[in-house]
Amino acid sequence: MASRNDVATSPGAEKIGRDSARVEISGLTKRFLTPAGEVFTALQDVSFTVEPGQFCAVVGPTGCGKSTTLSMVSGLDRPSEGSVKVGGREVDGVTDGVSFMFQTDALLPWKTVLGNVLMGPVFRRVPKQKAQASARDWLRRVGLTGFEDRYPHQLSGGMRKRVAMAAALINEPKILIMDEPFGALDVQTKAIMSTELLGLWEQIRPSVIFITHDLDEAVALADRVVVMTSSPGSVKAVFDIDLPRPRGAVQEIRFQPRFIELQHQIWDCLREEVERAYARTAGGTA
Amino acid sequence: MSTTSAVSTAPAANGSQVSAAAAARSAVRRRTALVWAGRIGLAVFVLGGWQAFTAWGIVDPFFFGQPSGIAKRLVDLFRHGTEFGSFYSNIWTTIQEALVGFALGAVTGVVFGVALGQSRFLADVLGPYIKMVNAIPRIVLGSIFIVAFGIGVLPKILLAAVLVFFIVFFNAFQGVREVDRNILANTRVLGASQLQIIRHVTVPSALTWIIASLHSAFGFAIVGALVGEVLGAQSGLGLVIKTAQNNFDPNGVFATMLVISVIVLGAEWLIGKLEHRLLSWRPPAPSEANSL
Repeated sequence: MASRNDVATSPGAEKIGRDSARVEISGLTKRFLTPAGEVFTALQDVSFTVEPGQFCAVVGPTGCGKSTTLSMVSGLDRPSEGSVKVGGREVDGVTDGVSFMFQTDALLPWKTVLGNVLMGPVFRRVPKQKAQASARDWLRRVGLTGFEDRYPHQLSGGMRKRVAMAAALINEPKILIMDEPFGALDVQTKAIMSTELLGLWEQIRPSVIFITHDLDEAVALADRVVVMTSSPGSVKAVFDIDLPRPRGAVQEIRFQPRFIELQHQIWDCLREEVERAYARTAGGTA
Repeated sequence: MSTTSAVSTAPAANGSQVSAAAAARSAVRRRTALVWAGRIGLAVFVLGGWQAFTAWGIVDPFFFGQPSGIAKRLVDLFRHGTEFGSFYSNIWTTIQEALVGFALGAVTGVVFGVALGQSRFLADVLGPYIKMVNAIPRIVLGSIFIVAFGIGVLPKILLAAVLVFFIVFFNAFQGVREVDRNILANTRVLGASQLQIIRHVTVPSALTWIIASLHSAFGFAIVGALVGEVLGAQSGLGLVIKTAQNNFDPNGVFATMLVISVIVLGAEWLIGKLEHRLLSWRPPAPSEANSL
C-alpha cells in the first residue's frame, strides 16, 4: 500500500520501488461504440504480467488492440472489464511513474529541445535549477549536447526520437510504455536507436512494455514477447527470450543461432494471425 | 539548420555553382523590379485615370471627388482641423476606441474559446446560443449601445469588442479543438495538471489560429469604432466622415478613408511583428517565403 509513491530514493527503498514496477494485466476487455451504434470489441480477456525491470515486447497483427492495451496501462483510458494493476494497485487515472513514447512525435513544436525535456520535471514542480541540470544531463546521455536551443522541426527524425527518449526517461519512470517508438525511422537509424535504448534501459531498469510490428526488434530487445491474436485482441502465446544480457549491438545479435530459433518459433505463432488480419482487411476493401 | 549545411555547402564551392547562384540572384532581382513596376504602374493608371476623367468633366468631381482635391483636403484637415477639434484628436479618439475594443474583444474571445474548446459540456450548452448571437447583424447593436451608454467612447468600444470577439472566439475554439491528441496524452502521462496543459499545450497550439484571426479582427475593431461614431459621437473619424457626407464633400470622405487605411495597415504591421515573435518556433512555410 505505502509503496506506491516511493520511487527508490535510498537503498532500503529499492525493494519497494522494484515491486511497485510490476504490471499485472488480467481479464482486460475493451469495447467501443462505433459511430453506427454497434459494439466493437477491441480487446477480449487479455492477461499477461510484466515483472519489475523486465523488457516485454508485444507483437500482433495490425488493429489487434495493442495500443488500446497501453493506453489502459498508462491510465489514459479505462477498461470495460478486467483490470490493470501496477505495483499491486489498480490503475485509476494517469498512473504515477509511467512514461510513454509514441510512434508519432509527441514533442511540443513550440518548445526548444531543452524545453521539451524539461516538461516532466516542470510538471512535477522540480526546482528550476535542478530540473535544468538533469535535463542537460539527459540530453548528454542521448548525445544531443549542443542542440538545446533547437526547435523540433530543425532536427532529423532520429534526433527527435532521442529528444522524446530523454523526455520520457528524465522522470526515471518505473514503467516505460513504448508504442512502436521507432516505427517511422529508417532501418539503420532504428537499429542504432534500439541499441541506445537498451543501454539507457540498463542504466535505470524500468519495466518496459514495447509494441512493435518488427519481430526481429522484439526478439533482440525483449525478455518476454507477448503474441496477440487478430481482432478482437487476446493473448495467443508468451515467449521468454533467454538471450544473455547485456546484448550489445542489436544488428549483431540477429545472427546468433538462438535468436534465429526463437524468431522462427514466434513467427510460426504469429503468421496465422497476421494472415487472418490481412485476409479480413483485404476482403473488406474488395 | 547548420547540421546539414556541412553537406550542402561543400559542392557549392566550385565555379559553375557560383555562377548559377549569381544568375539565380539576378533573376530574383529582375522579378522584384518587375513587380514594383507593375504596382506603381497600376496606381498611376487608377489615380491618373480618376484625375483625368474628373478634369475632363466626364465624371463629376462634385459627386465622386478628385485625387488632387483629396490631397488638398487632407492637408487642410491636418492643418486647420475640423469643427470639432484638431484632426489629430479625432484620429486619436478612433484609435483609442478601436484599440480598447480590440483588446477587450480579443481577450474575452480567447478566454471563451479556450474554455469552450476544453469542455465539451460547456460547448454543447452554449454552442447554439453563440451561433444565434453570431447570426444577428451586430452592427445594429451599435444603436442599442448608443441609446444605453450615450455618445461617449464606451458604446464604440463595446461595438468594436463585440465584432472582434466572435472572430477571435471561433478561431480560438477551433485551435483548441485541433490540439494534437498524442501531445495531449503525452503531457498527461508526464504528470501535467489541467492548468499546466492549458498553459503549455492548449494555448500555444491555439495561438497559430488566434493570431491569424487577429489580422482580420483589427479591421473589424476599426469598423466598430467608425460605425459607432457615425451613429452618434462628439469626436472621431466616423464623425468627420459623417460631417463630410452631410456637406457633400466626397474629398473629405476619401481623405479620412485614406487615414483610416493607414491606421489599419500600421496595426497589421504591429500584429505581424507580434506573430513573428510569438510563432518564431514555426518552420518557415514555403508559401510565406514566396509571398510579398
